[in-house]
Amino acid sequence: MNGKKENLIIIGNGMAGISTVEQILKLTTRFDITVFGTEPYPNYNRIMLSYVLEGSKTLDDIVLNDLHWYEDYGITLHTGTTVTRIDAETHEVVTEDGTRVPYDKIIIATGSNSFILPVPGHDKEGVVGFRDIADCNVMLEAAKQYKRAAVIGGGLLGLEAAKGLVQLGMEVTVVHLMEDLMERQLDPQASAMLKAELERQGIRFKMGAQTSELLGGERVEGIRFADDTVLNVDFVVMAVGIKPNTTVARESGMEVNRGIVVNDYMQTSLENVYSVGECTEHRGVCYGLVAPLFEQGMILAKHICGVETAPYEGSVVSTKLKISGVDVFSTGEFIDSPEHTVISHKDDWKRTYKKILLRDNKMVGAVLFGDITDSAELQKLIKNQTEMTEELYGSLMGTGCGGHKKATSVETMPEDEIVCGCNGVTKGTIVDVITNQGLTTVDEIKACTGATRSCGGCKPVVEQILQYVLGDGFSSGAKQGICGCTSMGRDEIVAEIRAKGLQTTKEVMNVLGWSQPEGCSKCRPAINYYLGMIAPDTHEDEKESRFVNERMNANIQKDGTYTVVPRMYGGVTTPADLKRIADVSVKYDVKAVKVTGGQRLDLIGVKKEDLTKVWAELDMPSGYAYAKSLRTVKTCVGSQFCRFGTQDSMAMGARIERKFERLDLPAKFKYAVNGCPRNCAEACTKDIGIVGNDGGWEIFIGGNGGIKARLADSLCKVKTDEELIELCGAIMQYYRETGNYLERTSEWVERMGLEHIRSVVVDNLEERKALMQRIEFALEHVEEPWQKAIRNEEGQSKMFHGIEVSARP
Amino acid sequence: MTTKQSGTYFPAGVVEEFLPRIGRVVEIKDHQLAVFRASDGTIFAADNHNPHPKGGPLAEGIVSGHYLYDPLYDWKIDLTTGLVQAPDNGQVQMYPVKVENGQVWIAV
Repeated sequence: MNGKKENLIIIGNGMAGISTVEQILKLTTRFDITVFGTEPYPNYNRIMLSYVLEGSKTLDDIVLNDLHWYEDYGITLHTGTTVTRIDAETHEVVTEDGTRVPYDKIIIATGSNSFILPVPGHDKEGVVGFRDIADCNVMLEAAKQYKRAAVIGGGLLGLEAAKGLVQLGMEVTVVHLMEDLMERQLDPQASAMLKAELERQGIRFKMGAQTSELLGGERVEGIRFADDTVLNVDFVVMAVGIKPNTTVARESGMEVNRGIVVNDYMQTSLENVYSVGECTEHRGVCYGLVAPLFEQGMILAKHICGVETAPYEGSVVSTKLKISGVDVFSTGEFIDSPEHTVISHKDDWKRTYKKILLRDNKMVGAVLFGDITDSAELQKLIKNQTEMTEELYGSLMGTGCGGHKKATSVETMPEDEIVCGCNGVTKGTIVDVITNQGLTTVDEIKACTGATRSCGGCKPVVEQILQYVLGDGFSSGAKQGICGCTSMGRDEIVAEIRAKGLQTTKEVMNVLGWSQPEGCSKCRPAINYYLGMIAPDTHEDEKESRFVNERMNANIQKDGTYTVVPRMYGGVTTPADLKRIADVSVKYDVKAVKVTGGQRLDLIGVKKEDLTKVWAELDMPSGYAYAKSLRTVKTCVGSQFCRFGTQDSMAMGARIERKFERLDLPAKFKYAVNGCPRNCAEACTKDIGIVGNDGGWEIFIGGNGGIKARLADSLCKVKTDEELIELCGAIMQYYRETGNYLERTSEWVERMGLEHIRSVVVDNLEERKALMQRIEFALEHVEEPWQKAIRNEEGQSKMFHGIEVSARP
Repeated sequence: MTTKQSGTYFPAGVVEEFLPRIGRVVEIKDHQLAVFRASDGTIFAADNHNPHPKGGPLAEGIVSGHYLYDPLYDWKIDLTTGLVQAPDNGQVQMYPVKVENGQVWIAV
């Protein structure tokens, strides 16, 4: 870059301004960015305040960009600072304390404020709007002290506020001017069903009621209505609407109607000043919902960075009510008129309602109640004014279970179409992370891009994109918990552990609401594994969450004695080692010595209390014959002695075994290394099978000779030993990170798809390196368990030795 | 066969000798017991004989609350009664335990 950076000032530190900044950062580094925000917080997700009130999320959960984010991008943030005026003459913005900051370009993103009814008494204590964290905190406090609340306004925000207050234990009456709730988003039919549902959930309603006065002294004590009736309350939330926050624009002499007037590139009447979000009026419309902000922000970002972009032509808005257990959705036109063709289906038993409106056979609007699975699909169809066809009718209104897959619509979706309206994530971004970062689940996509993390409404589309990109590698299906203690699946749990930084099985089960507080024999070992996989350096392994074999580092037999299997790297031993094994076996009266399938020796029948002594006298590393870990690397004789051998399989086998031993994996893991294509060590039934040839190695994965026999698939060929080790590491780490606990690679390869695994560990060199780095990091933190047990005298005695009570009571 | 109602209390060591949720074998006279210290501090003493037809020990099982998942066959056992939970059947003999000043006493 040559020359000085341009000063870009963002007035407003909310979702609209910051998402625009995020888009700008993707396109250019030519701006020095300064952000002014009136609230004392970094950018948080305003649409999730309802969940904070409801108690299902905390304030920390809804922060979208924490302070580190601003630092990382070199953005100067002034929280708790209001910009009062733009001085176009001097090219400076002026803050409330008179500070002046020069600008080259400005984006105004001041959002909107609660509209407080100008009735007598509106300024009494105990009357709030519902707009930001401060309001939220006032409501949380009020619920602790007072019992009776009224919410004025039966729109989206009012109902969410009411539900939150009910959850907090208040008696809540929703006061609504109209006869129908959410009349701007729903038709009378859906409104009536919604009201009935909310009454079941404990909300009371006063419909057709015009507020004329708020009664009380210092603090509000009641509401008087136009018909002179009075409702006694101690707390009032005003949720009658929002009004664009245009103060700074007005003070600066800009053109303002209801909102700050902009053209199709979000330019205001003042040169170099733009406006985005709820404070903005575009073609006469001010939007009060989140999706349009992102559409506006993307266009503005491109425009301000000098990238060619289509103009903004307005948004088709849709509504979703964010109340747990009440699903309502509407989009486009939804009030019937004579010019519409109406398709509707109401089911009083299931309490569902679906209505689609057509004009000239094109879909122009829809309302869903009770079952909103089709919301994302309908939103798209209506946005594109799609013609209704027999086929579409069948899939939308058909009985039964959704009929055919709707992946085709995802296929034809343009790359830059926004899939997640809450976080402004496009189809292109999602496709990109699936193909280039190897993501395979909605949860991974959520963690990486933010799509689905807010209202969750776009989840079906994200799933369809996954399905479309991964093909058979994607498994949808009913949600099944990993065990009876939870309804959460593996990916969800892992994502939550990562996101919340959970550290122990108890914490996971506690935070994620397990039905059995300490879990069961299925989930405890699984969670313990996931915790260690996620944080190899800090996780404290929980012996009490391990199966007996792993807890004792030996295999239990049916009579309660144990089998000890020392390591023999690559299946090769020495006469001196054999002699020691024989001596120890004699001394401790081992019941049987057996040669295993993995080229080593089983010492069967060691007493529990002798285990540490046996290990100490063997003075060999554990062979991990009991573990979900690398067990054995089986080898053939190879080029050292074999007349056919082209590669030194014994040395390579030992090298691999030494490199990857002791690391926890989702399930047991077996290798074979062969020195030539005769494959004497049987690579086809191993998790990783390696076959040497004259010019290098061929790698096979997913073989299994056990319960469900499966022949391994050829993954790739490599030329050097180093590359072989790196691929082995990448495969194992990718399996560690994506495998379900107890899932063998034979199942994992089928679930993930060979092609997909290849695209991650073979074709994507960067990802391969990253996986290798992560496995190296994890390997730094493994420890020889037998030595550790021998050293830990006290713990060892409590684990391995009983207590003999002398026969004196 | 439930918890024994009577018997003589023997001192079986101090509480700290039992790791939380990791069973330990205690031998008193000719009885071999599996003793568990639950997360809430409750101490249970079970006969260390697996109720499964193939037998084996219990002490190495996974403890969850007041339940035990047996180490060999994954049967779930209620440590307060010794009852094996559905779908399996059976009962483990439990022994009375009392803790006084950090000292564990078990009656056999």
